[in-house]
Parts: sequence; structure tokens; C-alpha cells
Amino acid sequence: MAETTYPDRKIVLAGFGGQGVLFAGKVIAYTGLIGNREVSWLPSYGPEMRGGTANCSVSLASDPIGSPLITAPDVLIAMNQPSLDKFIDAVVPGGLIIADSTLVQNIPERSDVTVKAIPAADIAEKAGLKGLGNIVLVGALFAADPFCDPEVLTAAIEKCVPARKAAMLDKNKQALSLGIEA
Amino acid sequence: MAEKVLMKGNEALAESALRAGCRFFFGYPITPQTELAAYMSKRMPKIGGTYLQAESEIAAINMVYGAASAGARAMTSSSSPGISLKGEGISYMAGSDLPGVIINVQRGGPGLGGIQPSQSDYWQATRATGHGDFFMPVLAPSTVQEMADCVYRAFDLADEYRTPVMVLADGMLGQMMEPVVLPEPKESLPEKPWATTGHKGKRAHNIVNSLYLTADALEKLNIERFKRYEVIREKEQRSESFMLDDAEIVVVAFGASSRVARSAVVAAREEGIKVGLLRPITLWPFPTKAIEGALSHAKAFLSVEMNMGQMVDDVRLAVNGRAAVDFYGRTGGVIPTPEEVLSAIKDSAKRGGVL
Repeated sequence: MAETTYPDRKIVLAGFGGQGVLFAGKVIAYTGLIGNREVSWLPSYGPEMRGGTANCSVSLASDPIGSPLITAPDVLIAMNQPSLDKFIDAVVPGGLIIADSTLVQNIPERSDVTVKAIPAADIAEKAGLKGLGNIVLVGALFAADPFCDPEVLTAAIEKCVPARKAAMLDKNKQALSLGIEA
Repeated sequence: MAEKVLMKGNEALAESALRAGCRFFFGYPITPQTELAAYMSKRMPKIGGTYLQAESEIAAINMVYGAASAGARAMTSSSSPGISLKGEGISYMAGSDLPGVIINVQRGGPGLGGIQPSQSDYWQATRATGHGDFFMPVLAPSTVQEMADCVYRAFDLADEYRTPVMVLADGMLGQMMEPVVLPEPKESLPEKPWATTGHKGKRAHNIVNSLYLTADALEKLNIERFKRYEVIREKEQRSESFMLDDAEIVVVAFGASSRVARSAVVAAREEGIKVGLLRPITLWPFPTKAIEGALSHAKAFLSVEMNMGQMVDDVRLAVNGRAAVDFYGRTGGVIPTPEEVLSAIKDSAKRGGVL
């Protein structure tokens, strides 16, 4: 489909288990698949997902990916305070942090990174899209750092929402738009 | 070209096994390989195969023994503690010359250990999975694509040499998603005239057995089997070289740790260090020929593993005193970072007089 004209990205998404960080990461990973880039998606697994923080590493690259475990992300998407606190120092200078300000109240000072805080969960809930704060954040990331063609992002959402949940597709697309506009 | 899909490593192992003609899967749940069994439970009934969750790992491997005796392509999968339990059955399969595929999605040990990725079953896989004089081929994928390729190849190797074959993966490869092009489904499988499928009075009956009470007979069998192992050693060594042509420092790493090592090698090259990566794809047979090839320019070898130092033994045996052999590893489920490996490369370079 699309030719790669986008820079490599190492993205860490983190939040509570159940907030949809793995799903949001999967959407980003699919943009790589559709865009014919090298991709890896690595989740945390096991007890840390149950009640603790869940996170995943998504790499989009033009060359084969070495370690899929990202220790120095270009982008951090943080859906709660413990996740932000855990990963903020790891973000590379010049990197980007997208935080859901519904749950992240306290963003430590870092002058060498761009921070975009939006109340993603609130935005989703007010629009009748409860639980889609994760996709709002993907939209916000796309607006701040377009990491693929817009039609590729839409195609990725279509790939990730299973056919038996077709009703969710429009809601996901709506959440994406809200995030892009936020 | 076939469609590229995004899949978890565990799922790619399962789907590729089905495409290799596996129609019997026996397992018992354990993290971090559970997605493999879950995938099999969904797909196997739809293609007329058998998925069975056994009462234990020991039962599962013995069911593989049974299905393999009847000539079927059969598989079991587990993670480290579960593989220990299967050890007896794997030895019986080797002793009965039965083909079959065993997947180990490794986690930290010993004991129940942890559930994070590890490579601490290298010795177990390549030396003594069970008791007795035997080896089995061990394939070590490093990408989701290779998860699919290795399991597909494993079934062919198993049938060709009449031996159990292990795919030694780890929690990271099992859990991660990457693009993969799945192999084409096998249209025909090899004939197995030795299988116990019922002779209907038309031929002498076949026997599948590992009990030989006469020492001379057992010795003869073992010697014959080791001749077969020699053929495997000669023909089936596989490895990948990365930036190895002029490498003075040769990093040796397999599976998940080879990916970290690859990142470190790229970083070290950027700093002008002549370093390359030799990645064994077969752990047994160990790629001694590739080590031999690297010895013409290598001043030092560095084995990078997610354990306390196991494969480094095989590197030392292959190098046989002709160059320095160092080791760097993390254990217990900790994945080394490229920065740590880069620092280990620099240490090796200093010791080898290269830096």
C-alpha cells in the first residue's frame, strides 16, 4: 500500500490493565504492517497486567528491528500516573509524551521533551465512547507526530476491530477523530 | 507472495504446525506458551484434528509418543518447568526412534522460577532433556517469522531422521507480534512404513519400543543412532551471519538475546569496532562450521545469553582454545539491554587487544 516516508518510531504505551493499551499498541503496529514497514509489538504479560500496570513496546522501522523491548522510547503514551512516573525518565531527549490528564494529574518537569496532556478518557466518555480513551490518545499522537498516512491509520483500525464487533468500528473511528482534534 | 499478517509468536508456532500437517496436539497450560494451546484448541477441531488438554505434561508427551507411533504428525508444547516433566517421554521417543515436535517457550528457572523470558534451558535442550545416550535437533527462532519457519522445518527433520525435534523459543518471542508470511499447507506427508497402523495379516507387525534387555543389542542400536546423529551434524547446521566478514569480535547469540545483540553490534560498528554477530539457528547440531569460518578473523568471541552462561560451553568447545571466549548474560527473566551488550563488546575488544 503506502510507501514508507515516515521516521522510525519506538513507542511505549502504558496504563492500568483493562484501559486498552495493548489494543492501542496493536492499532499502531498494524499501521506498520499495512505501510510495509518493519514492526514489532511486545506486551508485558503475567501478574503485572492484573491490577498493576500493563504496557507494550511498539517499534516501527525501515530496517529489521533488533530488541523489541524498548528501553529508550521516542514516544510515551501514559494512561495513568504510575505509568508516567515509571517511564518518563526513559523518554529520549526531543521525545514526545502523550498523557491522559483524566488520570495523570502530576507531570514532572522535563524541558527536553514535548508533553501533550489531554483528558482522553473524559473526552471519550462525554462523546458516548466510554472506554475508548486509548484510541483518543492514538489520535492525539497522530496529530502531534504523524507516524503514517491517514488512510493507513483508518485501515489499521478496521483491521483491529473484529468482525463480530462491527458496531465498535464507527465508535473507534470517532474516538480517533476526537483525538486528532483534541 | 502469500499475505503478510501480524501474529503473536505463539500463534505463529501453532498455525505453522497445522500447515506442516500436525493433526494431534497434546498440551497442558503454562505461561508464557498458553496462546499456542488456545490457538490449537480453536483451530484443530475445524480441520479434523485432535486437540487434547491432558491431565499433566507427562500424559501429554506420552500421547505424542502414541500418535507418533501410529505415524501421525504430533506435537506438544510447554514452558520450562513443564519440559522437565516431559523429559522422560522425550527420552522414550528418542529410544524408540519416534518423530515428534516439542516446543519450549522458555521462562526463568530453576524450579517454578518466574514467567518472564529466559534461555536457561539451553543445556537441558542440547545435552540432557531426558536420560540416556541421545541427542535431538534443537531449532532456535529469533523472529515471529522464524517461529513459523522453524516449526515447519521441525516436522520434516523429525520424520527424515526419526527423532524428536525441539523448537526452543522464549517468552518474548512467544508473546510478541510481528509480521509473518505463513508457509503453504503441506499437501503430502512422508510414508512411514515402520508405523504401528495395523498389519491386517498382510505383513509382519511393526514394533515401537525402547526396552532392550540385552546389552549388546542396545549398544548396537545406540551406535547406529549416533551414526544418524553424525549425518545430522554434517548436514543440518544452520546459522545466520551479520556483519561477520571482517569481525575481530564475534558475538554469538540465539533467539531473543540475538536481537538485543544485533542492536548492540550495529551501535558498536558505528563506533568503529569490527564486530559481527553469529546467530545459531540450530543449537544442536551447534554450528561449529560457522565458528570455524569466523576463526580466520576473530580475536575474541562473546556469547550473549539470557542465562548464567550455557551456550558459551559450545562456543568454547568449537573455538578449542584458538581465541578468547567471553560471556555476558542476564538471568531470571531479565532481558539484557543493547547498551549493556555494547559495553560487554567493548570489554571483549579491550581484552582481545582490538580496542
